[in-house]
Amino acid sequence: MHEHNGSGSPSFLARLGGIDRRWIFLAMGLSIALPILLKLRFPEYPGPMAKATFDAIESVPEGSTVLVAFDYDPASAAELQPMANAMVHHCASRGHKIVFMALWPLGRQLADKAIEEVLLEFHPGLRYGTDYVQLGYQAGNEGVIKLMATNVPEQYKTDTKGTPLASLPLVAQIKSTADFALIASISAGYPGAKEWVQFAESANPEAFKLVCGSTGVQVSQLLPYYPKQLDGMLVAVKGAAEYEMLVEGKYPVEKNAERLGQGRVRMGPQLVAHMLMIGLIILGNIAMVAGRSRGGAR
Amino acid sequence: MLQRTIPIAILSLSGIILMLAYFSPLTTSWGETVLGWFNVLAAVAFVLGAGNLLRVNLERISAQRSGWAYSAITLVSFFAMLAFGLLKLGAVPSEKHPDKHFAGAYEGPTAPYGWMYEYVLSPLTATMFAMLAFYVASAAFRAFRAKNTESILLLGTAFIILIAQTAAGMFLTGWIPQDSVFAFLRFDSMKIAITEYIQTAGMRAITIGIALGVAATSLRLILGVDKSYLSKS
Amino acid sequence: MTGPLHQNPRERFVRGSRSAAGAVTVAMGMATAAALAMSAQALASAVPAMQDAVGGAETAAPAATAAPVAPVELALFNMDRLGLFLAMVLICGAVIGAILVARTGRPLRIRKLAALEAVDEAVGRATEMGRSVLFVPGIQDMTDIQTVAGVTVLGRVARTAAEYDARLEVPTSRSIVMTAARETVQAAHFAAGRPETYNDNGIYYITDEQFGYVAAVTGKMVREKPAACFYMGAFYAESLLLAENGNAIGAIQIAGTAEPSQLPFFVAACDYTLIGEEFFAASAYLSGERDQLGSIKGQDIGKLMVAAVIVIGCALATVGALFPATGATGAVDALRSFLGG
Repeated sequence: MHEHNGSGSPSFLARLGGIDRRWIFLAMGLSIALPILLKLRFPEYPGPMAKATFDAIESVPEGSTVLVAFDYDPASAAELQPMANAMVHHCASRGHKIVFMALWPLGRQLADKAIEEVLLEFHPGLRYGTDYVQLGYQAGNEGVIKLMATNVPEQYKTDTKGTPLASLPLVAQIKSTADFALIASISAGYPGAKEWVQFAESANPEAFKLVCGSTGVQVSQLLPYYPKQLDGMLVAVKGAAEYEMLVEGKYPVEKNAERLGQGRVRMGPQLVAHMLMIGLIILGNIAMVAGRSRGGAR
Repeated sequence: MLQRTIPIAILSLSGIILMLAYFSPLTTSWGETVLGWFNVLAAVAFVLGAGNLLRVNLERISAQRSGWAYSAITLVSFFAMLAFGLLKLGAVPSEKHPDKHFAGAYEGPTAPYGWMYEYVLSPLTATMFAMLAFYVASAAFRAFRAKNTESILLLGTAFIILIAQTAAGMFLTGWIPQDSVFAFLRFDSMKIAITEYIQTAGMRAITIGIALGVAATSLRLILGVDKSYLSKS
Repeated sequence: MTGPLHQNPRERFVRGSRSAAGAVTVAMGMATAAALAMSAQALASAVPAMQDAVGGAETAAPAATAAPVAPVELALFNMDRLGLFLAMVLICGAVIGAILVARTGRPLRIRKLAALEAVDEAVGRATEMGRSVLFVPGIQDMTDIQTVAGVTVLGRVARTAAEYDARLEVPTSRSIVMTAARETVQAAHFAAGRPETYNDNGIYYITDEQFGYVAAVTGKMVREKPAACFYMGAFYAESLLLAENGNAIGAIQIAGTAEPSQLPFFVAACDYTLIGEEFFAASAYLSGERDQLGSIKGQDIGKLMVAAVIVIGCALATVGALFPATGATGAVDALRSFLGG
């Protein structure tokens, strides 16, 4: 890995290029752990995508029925659950009725978590069946969306408790995705937001507003859809933190507010970790130049 | 001979049916039938996979090959989740039918299945995902070297996005008014320009190339030109 | 107890794998059909791409947007998809035409793919070091065309491994992929003239769960230190976990995927990477057969068609923006609507 000058050992800077990667792991571990332990928080300024998402939910008339799809699993919950929590609180505060569902097998449990820790915590008066419904997971990936685009009762015959949809006032009249005022997909990949655009939005353009939350790595595949097909988009923890600022600003909560601030809590470690990466990259380049210059002196 | 001809015929037929189903509503149900076949066969193959998992791990344990303890843990976990899920062991009794064992709920954290999900599977998968942070750092340290003009451009882009994705971006350039002629120097503006124009354009080019590559590969398979996936026995 | 575990179940599973071959072919049929529809969408995507070039992000549209869901009435043909159908006919026609031209014996020049040229080197190195070769065919099922492409590359790797007598390991995350991989590796051993060395023990199923699978594979990499690692198929978050572990154990790594979001990780951590369309050209390239090489030429003709549509669209959109009275903007909208973009 190092370049020797023939007359002695490589310089300290040149040796840095071949540093044992476990030191890098340690530095990264500390850069994440310390801000969490020290509860470092930095101010966030809502960007255009977070504002667009907030505005899309605000623009839907009060009392509308919205569909929130939990298209992720516990592996990406750290990145996506904060925005899901904020979105559920936002929709409920605005007076919307929420229908929960999941395209990922383990997404249903994460939706249950949001219902328990956010919806019922901050809006205890909401009643199951009239204010919110949990449809749960259905296998079939984009096939589920395709069928829902024309026939929701055919895809979901019952909710997760086995109650027929016709017996639940909130969803009894829902025929297709066009009957929702807004659809939100919190998405970690396939199937997810892209499939909602391709199979739900394309089937009924303009019938409903579509917003999404996505992991950072997936954003490049979703950007082409924003802002035409996607009315709003939250990107990774930063998107969640910006969105939380907007939601908290308009709909503050009195107790357990930290449940709606997890995005901002996670931005502390993200800032320090990003700075570390920039430092590492600079260090790597210094080592390369140092190795080259000593090698060139031969 | 038939061992190669019949699979190719099945492949071509199912491929053509699904293609027709996409363009002709009259044949949509045929496509659904083919999808149904796949689901049935996949379910059978899943049993095959589970059987293979058992065989491989039991063999390793019985031969006491290196790592046999991992195999033992795998099998114990496998059978535990299978039993908790299929037999609904420890399920919370249903309100409507408290006397019917199989009407009980097993997903909640108070039932063993839900507990295993909540406190074993979730943390394990999150841990694996979180390891990406460490690997990204070591890969960036090794790969981002300013060796030529292209890699310098790559480095510059990486710096802009890394800074813009944190509060540091606003701290450093947030004071530049958004309506001034220098607004393009704000990190958030640069990030939007990079992602929405450069990245999206590149992504589209790659996607179009991929779509065409996919089409050519599909035709090779449907026409039976590419038979490399078939056994010759 | 060891007897039955080592013999009867194996025979039973081998027989089972034969019967599951049907599932493989149906799955591949599904993948190919979906893929052909996608090819038409590639042409359709040219229009939003060129609009962006002129009109900026405001007109952004998906790169490969699916056409609306089929109407309920049972018409013989969905006229909304006429443009997509014609685009598919044009692209497929170009590929078939190129195959026919290749059969006439005209010389075909295909540029070298370094990643595939390195297969022999990687397997040879593993043989010299007495270590295994690891092949990961992605984490999706055979319904994903990337898995199909990965399995065809596996054929070549397996053949080289059979010739060199190197040990090949193929852990899979889908049962049907395991079956397909066994068929392919067995075929490769026959092609190498060494059917007796084929052993299906090295091709096994782990789990469908993404991170469970990657934990098992990376654990195996750390313990057994394969000298060559191939990652060919559909990958998501696990791409960097696999590639960085492979890098840490000093393996030669060759990757191929059509997942755009994972390409940067493979490029950073692997020695060679097949990017997008190169990955799909790999099986044809490796076969060396004239028919298959011809299809790559057909693919290039398709690319020219897409480029032509982009240029025409850009020109029309520019004229429309500069001279609104000409109605060129309407022409762009009509073209876009026709192609389903």
